[in-house]
Amino acid sequence: MKYVMLIYETPPNLESRKDPGHDPYVAAWKAYHKALVAAGAFVGGAPLKDMATATTVRLRDGKRHVQDGPFAEAKEQLGGFTILDVPSLDAALEWAARCPATAYGAVEVRPIDADFDALFVER
Amino acid sequence: MDDAGRTVEAVVRASYGRLLAYLSRETRDVAAAEDALGEALLSALTSWPEDGVPRQPEAWLLTAARHRLIDQARRRQVRDAHEDTLRFLTGQFAEAAVDGDTFADRRAELLFVCAHPAIDASLHTPLMLQTVLGLDAARIAQAFLIPPATMGQRLVRAKRKILEAGIAFELPQETDLPQRLDAVLEAIYGAYGLGRDESAGVDPAAPDLADEAIWLARVVRERLPDEPEIRGLLALMLFCDARRAARRTPDGRYVPLSEQDSGAWSAPAIREAEAELGEAARLGRIGRFQLEAAIQSVHVDRARTGHTDWAAIAVFYEHLVRLAPTLGARVAQAAATAEAHGVAAGLALLDAIDGSAVATYQPFWAVRAHLLQLSGDAAEVDAAYDRAIGLTQDPATRQFLLDRRG
Repeated sequence: MKYVMLIYETPPNLESRKDPGHDPYVAAWKAYHKALVAAGAFVGGAPLKDMATATTVRLRDGKRHVQDGPFAEAKEQLGGFTILDVPSLDAALEWAARCPATAYGAVEVRPIDADFDALFVER
Repeated sequence: MDDAGRTVEAVVRASYGRLLAYLSRETRDVAAAEDALGEALLSALTSWPEDGVPRQPEAWLLTAARHRLIDQARRRQVRDAHEDTLRFLTGQFAEAAVDGDTFADRRAELLFVCAHPAIDASLHTPLMLQTVLGLDAARIAQAFLIPPATMGQRLVRAKRKILEAGIAFELPQETDLPQRLDAVLEAIYGAYGLGRDESAGVDPAAPDLADEAIWLARVVRERLPDEPEIRGLLALMLFCDARRAARRTPDGRYVPLSEQDSGAWSAPAIREAEAELGEAARLGRIGRFQLEAAIQSVHVDRARTGHTDWAAIAVFYEHLVRLAPTLGARVAQAAATAEAHGVAAGLALLDAIDGSAVATYQPFWAVRAHLLQLSGDAAEVDAAYDRAIGLTQDPATRQFLLDRRG
């Protein structure tokens, strides 16, 4: 089963990227990533730049709406995502609990919709 | 909260499990008994403030719950199966209820039902926590890292299974007792969860229902005082619990056992643990939990002697691994052997463990990292620490390992 972990991080968590060499949060992430890969659970994923860099596009009544943001002032923001391949939700939650972000922000675990994916992805 | 509210709360804390076990026993319908008891508690909250708290609150609740169960059974158009139930509820049951506080304690029976081999092993502990201790599904789900709705559904299904499979609310026959008791003890230990704190940097990631587990162990010990393993388990948990306050600094940092201030250990808990272990030994049948308790007894002896007899601990682990070769016991044996007979001996024991079994087993990597660091193997030590850190859930333990890695 494939799952995605949507990783919500706090401003200090995101701040830690500025001096990654000495930050325990970043060090914990490096170790976490190695453990995920070594256990064969890691499929993919990436950290995201902060919310201020986001741009949202909508098409309404034939017109394109492009805007900065979302602007919602949130204590936690989506800081990255990881795709897991594990036997069960229990295993995915186990990995989520080990994620360094859970101690500060939150990690949302969602199963990947494999049936729907198969409809439009040729393999 | 008013007096009636406080009384209800006190009765729930002291007697929920006894009331539920009693109500569940003959109907075998735990869910119905829970509903009936819940309704009885609700009506107590409304009628006691007006009419006053009854002289025997437990008897009052038992009678009220019994009426609900009778109503339920009637509503289900009494078929054959339910006639027995009705006869029971209206007959002997009523007599017992009148006796008030003296109604029989059937909690041990209920625990054996919860840990019955027909019930999925992963649900043994949650069922015990819900039925005997009255913990709600959300709290249990939290402890076991399972979504609350999922936990709720699993518990409902398990209770239906108890009813439909006709699992008897009785203590097992003597021939079945050892095996059935193992399952009960395993499930109680499953709630405990402080883990093996004797190896530095081992993640305590586990339910952390220590008080609840100790409480459940006491319930079983009361009923089966001549079973040495239940006393062994109780002793084991009390020994570990005695060190609870010493495991963290006031600002929340992790303190490994070897660096704990033995003055901060709880002397009464240790005394009680020693007494339980002594009673168990007197019964003359050694077992896994007694061995584990004996290991903890050696550890806490440091409070008296000022040093740790690692050679004795290594010997106990050797016996334990022969009796119950769990991953946890084998890793802890390696750590103890390294202390007693040198790092190389400890690493050799770790190397003998199947690699695929330990891919996500944090204690293995924490102990391996520690031993590699002692042996001065700079090439592998960082990689082992990384694995341990990456598999750790507890932030304080993670920080400890990060500091150790340097």
